[in-house]
Amino acid sequence: MLEFLIKRIATILPTLVFVSMLIFGLQQLLPGDPAVILAGEEQDPNVIAYLHKKLHLDEPLPIRYGYWVGGVLRGDLGESVRTQQPVLDLVLQKLPVTVELAVLAMLIALAIGIPAGIVSAVGRGTAWDAAANIFALWGLSTPNFWLGILMILLFSVQLGWLPASGYVSPSESLSDNLAAMIMPAFVLGNAIAAVLMRHTRSAMLQVLNADYVRTARAKGLSERVVVLKHSLRNALTPIITLGALEFGTLLSGAVLTEQVFTIPGFGKLIIDAVFNRDYAVVQGVVLVTASAYILLNLLADIAYVAVNPRLRS
Amino acid sequence: MAAVLSAARADAGPLPSEAGAWRRGWRRLRRRRSAMVGLVVVCAFILAALFAPWVAPFDPIETSWSAIRQAPSAEHWFGTDDIGRDVLSRIVWGTRASLLAGVVSVSISIALGVPIGLAAGFAGGFVDALISRITDAFLACPFLILAIALAAFLGPNLTNAMIAIGISATPIFVRLTRGQVINVKVEDYIEAARALGNRPFRIAWRHVLPNILAPVMVQATLAIAAAIIAEASLSFLGLGQQPPAPSWGSMLNTAKNYVDNAPWMAIWPGLAIFLLVLSFNLLGDGLRDALDPRQR
Repeated sequence: MLEFLIKRIATILPTLVFVSMLIFGLQQLLPGDPAVILAGEEQDPNVIAYLHKKLHLDEPLPIRYGYWVGGVLRGDLGESVRTQQPVLDLVLQKLPVTVELAVLAMLIALAIGIPAGIVSAVGRGTAWDAAANIFALWGLSTPNFWLGILMILLFSVQLGWLPASGYVSPSESLSDNLAAMIMPAFVLGNAIAAVLMRHTRSAMLQVLNADYVRTARAKGLSERVVVLKHSLRNALTPIITLGALEFGTLLSGAVLTEQVFTIPGFGKLIIDAVFNRDYAVVQGVVLVTASAYILLNLLADIAYVAVNPRLRS
Repeated sequence: MAAVLSAARADAGPLPSEAGAWRRGWRRLRRRRSAMVGLVVVCAFILAALFAPWVAPFDPIETSWSAIRQAPSAEHWFGTDDIGRDVLSRIVWGTRASLLAGVVSVSISIALGVPIGLAAGFAGGFVDALISRITDAFLACPFLILAIALAAFLGPNLTNAMIAIGISATPIFVRLTRGQVINVKVEDYIEAARALGNRPFRIAWRHVLPNILAPVMVQATLAIAAAIIAEASLSFLGLGQQPPAPSWGSMLNTAKNYVDNAPWMAIWPGLAIFLLVLSFNLLGDGLRDALDPRQR
């Protein structure tokens, strides 16, 4: 196990290095002198000269990268040109909101996707299977910002049950918080549920043909026990690993969902930064999401090995 | 001996049975009703895009202060928007931006991803390790967030959105091609082609590429669906097609402000995205079953 851990962690190091190069490299896409662009509309020569020095723009590229990575490793992601706040603070401020949205969305996706996948695998070829597959196609083909608008139309405008926007922090009022988050979480979870359903279906189909499931049936166990206890448990491990890969989809989707429901999270932060030409914030958000994604997949891999004794040695 | 023969034949050009394989694939595809529905709808959208000036009943950009936010009627089938433009006409013209974005960005991904994947799979060793780690790095950045960042640094317009989507989707094709090449590389006919003294580049181009075309085509169809959603998303965020030029995503962006008194502004453009993306997904699933039975 220890050897596996060391090996697995060693493989993410080069990935992290390339991610940092990629994100640093984004700056090079800016036409002209970054300091002039970052200085904003006033073009104050003092500001430009200050930025030149601060960003080490007179140094060659590899050295600038070195300064940048050094800063990142010390937790210095630069500062916002707009608010002069450190980027790390901004990111950490918005992170809990998006994490809450992502966790709720994932719970909804699991609650829909896994049962739908089981039903469709067990009843392969029946109307249930067809219905589950139609649901998956719907989930994969619906732009989530459109679904969000449709839900606002139905539940806020027509029925008046839920607020269309207005985030309330859970520490203020948990019920208001959930009322504001339930629609966005459902919209975000919808697409993931479709993917999870497809994974669950194919994992279950594989397991249902396995010898030990036939043995369980032969022992005279009820179908319920065979499906839920003997099959699902074994099908669940690949589903969890593949589910972790959906974290990226979740974050991409969160940007749009937050925009539709005006939720002040990560997505709102990066979009506002784009329109304010606040490039350090854009880089910071990409860096944090990519690192989180790499770590999550590492954890999923470790969990996979930990629960699967055959892989441990 | 047989392997040498087949390599010699393959060297003289594509095997005659290769065309037969495609024809068999098409016959299998034709039997799948959902895939054919997808194909018909995709073709209908392509026709609408090509003949937009004739199909659209009104000018998509012309505003009319006397027809602001009118509900669907005999004159304006899908209603009018906040500055009196005909929603149907804007959807018809918007098809161009969506299809263009889907096709162009996926072409960029293929043009970059397939050669890089070929190089990685064929060269192996250090080159493969380097390319694979760089691919991992790209894949670690969530697709849309990377596209947003690229569009932000390149500047917001449709061309840059297509470039951003194309680059963000490239790693998928690198991985796919690399995996396929590694599978195909050990086949006898490749060994034979090598034994005959063909240079690596020639082997990759003439013998490996034709054999990995089917999965690349399947992936491309599904990637177009994802790219259309991505373009609509970027336009929705204001990073794609710039107004007043019509695009489905930016129509939805405006529509969300009028959801309580002009819901038709939101319903139709979204339905158009949904239908086109669904059709590409149906077609892609059908192609996978028809051309690539192993992946089923």
